[in-house]
Amino acid sequence: MTASFIVGLVRLLCGAYPRWQGCVPELRPRIYFSNHTSNLDAVVLWSALPPAVRSATRPVAAHDYWISSALRRHLAQRVFHAILIERKKVTAHNNPIDAILEAMTGSTSVILFPEGGRFLNPEPAPFKAGLYHLARRRPDAELVPVLIDNLNRVLPKGEVLPVPLLCSVTFGQPIRLEPGESKPDFLVRARQAVCDLRNR
Amino acid sequence: MNLNLEIDNRTLHLVGGVMGLLVLASAIGFGLSRTVKAEKARATVANMNARIRAWWVMVFIFVVAILSGRLVTVILFGFTSFMALREFITLTPTRPGDHRTLFWAFFLVTPLQYYLVAIEWYGLFSILIPVYAFLLLPVRSAAAGDCTNFLARTSEIQWGLMICVYCVSHAPALLILEIEGYENAGPLLLFFLVLVVQLSDVLQYVFGKLLGRRPVAPTVSPNKTVEGFLGGVLTASLIGGCLAWATPFNFWQACAMSLLITMAGFFGGLVMSAIKRDRGVKDYGQMIEGHGGVLDRIDSICFAAPFFFHVTRYFFA
Repeated sequence: MTASFIVGLVRLLCGAYPRWQGCVPELRPRIYFSNHTSNLDAVVLWSALPPAVRSATRPVAAHDYWISSALRRHLAQRVFHAILIERKKVTAHNNPIDAILEAMTGSTSVILFPEGGRFLNPEPAPFKAGLYHLARRRPDAELVPVLIDNLNRVLPKGEVLPVPLLCSVTFGQPIRLEPGESKPDFLVRARQAVCDLRNR
Repeated sequence: MNLNLEIDNRTLHLVGGVMGLLVLASAIGFGLSRTVKAEKARATVANMNARIRAWWVMVFIFVVAILSGRLVTVILFGFTSFMALREFITLTPTRPGDHRTLFWAFFLVTPLQYYLVAIEWYGLFSILIPVYAFLLLPVRSAAAGDCTNFLARTSEIQWGLMICVYCVSHAPALLILEIEGYENAGPLLLFFLVLVVQLSDVLQYVFGKLLGRRPVAPTVSPNKTVEGFLGGVLTASLIGGCLAWATPFNFWQACAMSLLITMAGFFGGLVMSAIKRDRGVKDYGQMIEGHGGVLDRIDSICFAAPFFFHVTRYFFA
């Protein structure tokens, strides 16, 4: 109910048209990793998925932000089923990677923003290591690069009120961690896979 | 009461006629999809059938709105403007400094313009955007402090509002025209406008596909040909003349009005295509299967509505 309301609102506000270029929507464990330019990114990517896939896909989000009010807490826990991770004080007890791996049961997929924050540049910032660790520990999961385009114009950093504009969500061809590939090499390649979707 | 019933009958005849056309078009489309074999022709037929299916949906929405009365019609067109403006601004290179200005354009100016139609305040309706929005919106952008391409950004936002909101709002504004000796002419005038514009678009497409040789402006739109233009505009004007029974016009007046509408519609298509070419896209959006975006479908109405509204108002109201 709330979910379809939010999806409708997102469609009205920014279109969020999915373009499945390198793969098709499937119910199987996947890690969707995307550029991060707006607070709405996770919601928009989530809305772009078909309903069946959407209900089995959980965005990874910052714990401190999403528990800060009752509404956010409700949305994160009951609507998006977000995996809330600690980003400030990481200890052995609240290791984000473990939390994500634990959540990835069955065909559950996750949405991840490997830049680790939002930046003003149009090109994504260098990726953090989380994606690499996930790829290493869940070799069976498909790593799907996603490019969210135009969304930073809907809600630029520092603005509260959105402006309705059409955005696109492009899903690229899944990549995998090659045997023997180093962490920096893999992270550069993954980031490039997202960038390459821009001019398709 | 008696008069109302009579007008209802005319509306029903118009609706019936459109439904008949769609049934015919769907039957032809189905027949073609069964018989045509060549790959390229199949693609054309598939696109045509997608367009016809979308027509069914659009006609349904429009007819329901127009039969439900003025408020619903105004809301429908207001929503259409909103979607069109969204497509227009998406293709326009704005900067973060325009964010608040755009918010005003979408959530203040657009609803206000349609509110003025709903309350029949013609005086303010006709100057809200050309005077108040044009002068006040740039103030918000200037206050944001970003001077890069200021004139271009301002003009683009203003032009977007003009085309997508101001021009389109003249279609539902037909409902507030009062024509002597012809009560409740509004819904029929609106139906007439939309029907003639869309018929002209379809006929230009058909004549262009069948006979099109010489493009009007090849750099702007290779699909707009002299043959398509003449065939479409003349046929649609003649059909418009034959619809005189559903309007306050006589046959020749209805022909002339249709000619005005179809010419303006053609100009609209041409200008909006030029903007698309400049931005390097084929369609404004992808909301309506086979047609592209909302703005691709209503580009001719954007230009035809104000012309038709003002000429009707000057000569008949």
